Amino acid sequence: MNLKLKIWRQKNAKDSGRFEEYHVENISPDTSFLEMLDILNNNLIHEGKDPVVFDHDGREGICGMCSLFIDGRAHGPDDDITTCQLHMRKFKDGDTITIEPWRSAAFPVIKDLAVDRSAFDKILQAGGFISVNTGGVPDANAIPIPKKDADEAMDASACIGCGACVATCKNGSAMLFVAARVSALAKLPQGRIEASRRAKAMVAKMDELGFGGCTNTGACEAECPKGISIAHIARLNREFICAKLKD
Amino acid sequence: MSNLFTSSIGKKLVMSLSGLFLIVFLLVHLGANLTIFGGEEAYNAMCNFMDTNIFIRIMVPVLAAGFIIHILYAFILTLKNRTARPVRYSVQNLSKSSEWESRNMFVLGIIILGFLFIHLFDFWSQMQLQHFTGGTPTSNPYELVVDKFSNVVFVCIYIIWIWALWFHLRHGFWSAFHTIGLDNQIWIKRWKCIANIYAFVVAIGFTIIPLYVVFQSLCGLA
Repeated sequence: MNLKLKIWRQKNAKDSGRFEEYHVENISPDTSFLEMLDILNNNLIHEGKDPVVFDHDGREGICGMCSLFIDGRAHGPDDDITTCQLHMRKFKDGDTITIEPWRSAAFPVIKDLAVDRSAFDKILQAGGFISVNTGGVPDANAIPIPKKDADEAMDASACIGCGACVATCKNGSAMLFVAARVSALAKLPQGRIEASRRAKAMVAKMDELGFGGCTNTGACEAECPKGISIAHIARLNREFICAKLKD
Repeated sequence: MSNLFTSSIGKKLVMSLSGLFLIVFLLVHLGANLTIFGGEEAYNAMCNFMDTNIFIRIMVPVLAAGFIIHILYAFILTLKNRTARPVRYSVQNLSKSSEWESRNMFVLGIIILGFLFIHLFDFWSQMQLQHFTGGTPTSNPYELVVDKFSNVVFVCIYIIWIWALWFHLRHGFWSAFHTIGLDNQIWIKRWKCIANIYAFVVAIGFTIIPLYVVFQSLCGLA
């Protein structure tokens, strides 16, 4: 495959940035998207040019490190996967592919396609945890948890914190990320105790960091590589409103 | 209650509750309008009831407050949301991931608001408002309606307005329950279904009235 790439280049957070065009040739359809960028960077290094910076780590679709807004969609044209799991067979020979970083006031660009997602860490530090030491792994049925609750908590726990929800939301809202954490912990007895305090602290931090509000478009759920449901956002709203009414 | 309404979720709660209030109002308004099918006498009697009933008279300022709060918060939230993405994407395709109306609630709201002023000027200012200001309301509301709907261009604009409202309600109805927190995996589908039925009933109800008047006047001419 021969492809034309339109890639966002930006020196640092202060640079205004611009698109630059690159060509890659003889790419196998079985190459992963990030491998294709590796090939491009290899060529750029051989030409003595600055390689394109992008985030990646395990490349197994579970670490949440890769990002990229590809042809107008977070994690590219395939559904329910991260960018590292995207393969070039999803594109056609001769395609022009536009690659942009996540765009959000709360995720400033570090360089090129890499953005600073530490805002998510700050939200977690505000309340996305259980304060008590729960010890080692308990016996399987020491604390009975209904199957439905365990399933819901597990589904919410699937969040890898990649930021695709913020990237795709027209309001740059982090509600799905916050909701996934609040839901995962509130549905389990160990996390339930601090549920009110957690919801209030995480929402306050989310608002403070400049994320937008949720307008229930559902785009986050559609683009989430883990398919986390916006039903968790309803639970977050419920937890938050009830907690505030009790204050 | 501390700081509830300064938080992002608290502001959206205001949006939801005022929206649900307006949703109930629309049903009452539609119910009143449908008396036109009972003929001139029934319609004028309904208008007279609306003008003189004490509960309705108390609710008019409350309704106005509901509209103002809903519109004011729409501006506040939309402006805040716009600051969350200072640099726009050069390519963004949201058509596969979300409904058109859910992304354009503000624009739809502006369209509805624009026509609402025309609507208030054409009808309300000559009917109920006169009772508040001590003026003389129109003696025959039925005739006023028939007169306004005799203009085909006016009817077309009116129907466009109603279907912009249909879009707004399709998203607004279920979204309000979601924001309040009265939603889960199962109820999302149910609320969306109820929202579709509600929006359809409202839109069809308000559309058939001008069409009925036009149809009647055409038959009258023949």
